[in-house]
Amino acid sequence: MIVMWAILSILVENKPGVLFKVTNLFRARNFNIDSISVGVTENPEFSRMTITTYGDEKQIQQIVKQLDKMIDTIEVKRLDEHKTVYREVVLFKIKVSKAANSMEINKLANAYGAKVHDAKKESIMVELTATPDQISAFEELVKPFGILEIARTGIAALQRTGA
Amino acid sequence: MEIMSGSKALMKALEKEGVKEVFGLPGGANLPMYDELYKSNIRHILVRHEQSAAHMADGFGRVSRKAGVCFATSGPGATNIITGLATAQADSAPMIAVTGQVPVKMIGRDAFQPREANEIPEVVKKGFYIAETGRPGAVLIDIPKDVQQNEAEMNFPDEVRIRGYHPWADADVSEIDRAIDLLLSAQRPIILAGGGVIISTAFSELQSLAEMLMIPVVTTFKGKGAFPENHALSLGPIGMHGHAEANKLMVEADCVLAIGTRFSDRSVGTFEEFEKNLKIIHMDVDPAEIGKNQTTHVAVVGDVKASLRIMVKLLIKRALKKSDDNVWLKHVNEVRDYWRQNLKIHPGEMGAAKILRKLREVLPKEAIVTTEVGQHQMWASLFFDVIQPGTFFSSTGLGTMGWGFPAAIGAKTARPDVPVVDIAGDGSFNMTENSLATSVLENLPVIVFLVNNYSLGMVAQWQRTFYDRRMIGVDQKNCPDYVKLAESYGAQGIRAQSLDELGKAIKAGLKSDVATVIDIPIDPEEDVLPFVAPGTPLKDMILPS
Repeated sequence: MIVMWAILSILVENKPGVLFKVTNLFRARNFNIDSISVGVTENPEFSRMTITTYGDEKQIQQIVKQLDKMIDTIEVKRLDEHKTVYREVVLFKIKVSKAANSMEINKLANAYGAKVHDAKKESIMVELTATPDQISAFEELVKPFGILEIARTGIAALQRTGA
Repeated sequence: MEIMSGSKALMKALEKEGVKEVFGLPGGANLPMYDELYKSNIRHILVRHEQSAAHMADGFGRVSRKAGVCFATSGPGATNIITGLATAQADSAPMIAVTGQVPVKMIGRDAFQPREANEIPEVVKKGFYIAETGRPGAVLIDIPKDVQQNEAEMNFPDEVRIRGYHPWADADVSEIDRAIDLLLSAQRPIILAGGGVIISTAFSELQSLAEMLMIPVVTTFKGKGAFPENHALSLGPIGMHGHAEANKLMVEADCVLAIGTRFSDRSVGTFEEFEKNLKIIHMDVDPAEIGKNQTTHVAVVGDVKASLRIMVKLLIKRALKKSDDNVWLKHVNEVRDYWRQNLKIHPGEMGAAKILRKLREVLPKEAIVTTEVGQHQMWASLFFDVIQPGTFFSSTGLGTMGWGFPAAIGAKTARPDVPVVDIAGDGSFNMTENSLATSVLENLPVIVFLVNNYSLGMVAQWQRTFYDRRMIGVDQKNCPDYVKLAESYGAQGIRAQSLDELGKAIKAGLKSDVATVIDIPIDPEEDVLPFVAPGTPLKDMILPS
């Protein structure tokens, strides 16, 4: 069994209860949601859910079919990560134990194209928009300073044109 | 456009769908609906517990292939029908439940609730569309009380489209061609017919195909009776309590044409072992079933009746003659004949095999049979042959004790012209026995064939087999007295203690204007055999010794 990561892009009816039904399907089939983001689309009647999950090929095919079968889903796509732009926004609150740390965190943030907010004496908040791999790498780098809190939005993804 | 209340629109929409009967129980939150039901031409069939209303609608739906309808009130009324909804959904039975709800301003808004009275006609139309098409199932329509009462301009659509719902896929003919090639190249082909054959009434198509290719037919338990069980090519159900010959030959097959089945573990034993050395052709209306439990070599997605029809046509075109003089078929006949003659059955006069064969002997072939859940159900699978396809129904997916009796009443509502029998056990019958009131008062006489071992027999069998006879929670003693119970409801109660008495009792039931409960005491120690223990492959079937 080869476990893989899958990005699912699901166009759904924009109405109450749909998010519950979709996530309940994952629960009922015993799939874990790795990340989820939901927002209205260019057409206000539809929302797009981007869900990432792990499973073997058979499991992922099965969840796509089950999602497709749902009445409230309009379109279910499994995105190829090599043909897709996918990004996630993360907020890190990082501990500042000494003044020099603040400089270093700023440098790392710059290197990753992250923005710095709410720089205080005891902590700094960093906003990073990146892929999950880049986020993990950044997280490893700032870990030694002490991460106080993390909030992640979940991935938003769109297929590249012509891909 | 016409101005009317939500409740009146509901009745009109139901009438427009051809609904003539509703099973239900009123309460505070659905009184406006009931007031309009009073004024409508729809017959109300009163139940004594909402769960039974749901099972009746389910039984009605399975037999008529039109969604059965049940009504319940809010809160406990609605929660009482949940078991019935889940049962119908698990067995792909068309059914509509309409529940009353507290007024809109008192609830959080929910998606399947019409929020304005004028939405009702479209919601009902969509509900029937979803319940009856594609892979059928249960639909709940929850209507807040003020929405029932409010007046609005109503527009009754003749057709609805739901953009996220596409129930029909046309089968890919090239896949059907591939399926034929695979079947013809097989040395030991077999057909596995599931419940989908019954739902789509593909009986004659299946029979033509089997006869043209001379391929033996096994079924799942839900598919029991998809193919006449007295047919020379019929081997009966496979699975946990399948026929010995069916399990033996299923294991030997090298290619299976599986039609309308989800390969439940109860049918196939273990998934890995089942698909070993077996090429699987899977026909199903639901694309999500393809590859879910078993690896498929050829998939034919679409209504199985249409797919089988195309298959038969393509075979006619190929003008191929399959001789019935082949090695596999000879072997199939030998194995079948051996087990039909040599399977050991209980020696007593009232052994399960004997009483069920007696029922078959007396009952006309067009009679509809439902079952409860437990040992009697599996004995019915083993020893009661379904001759006319599509006359046997059981709660197979969920396994709901108490389903069979109310479902039989629902079946009788749909088909008052044929006898209906619920093959029951005492444990299951206890759960919905108060439906006797409905049967008697609503003039829906059915026969309860009560195989009585004074216990929760299937659990008792597992405790005897797997738990070293540590018997707990299974002894029901002789309580109640089922003859007196039947009589107290104004039904006929008969105790049958010999096969002769049993034959007479069944005949009395067939003639009766009221429900008949035939209490048939049996040996509480009788096991259902053969038995494929859970989590083991079909080849490890335990046979009676």
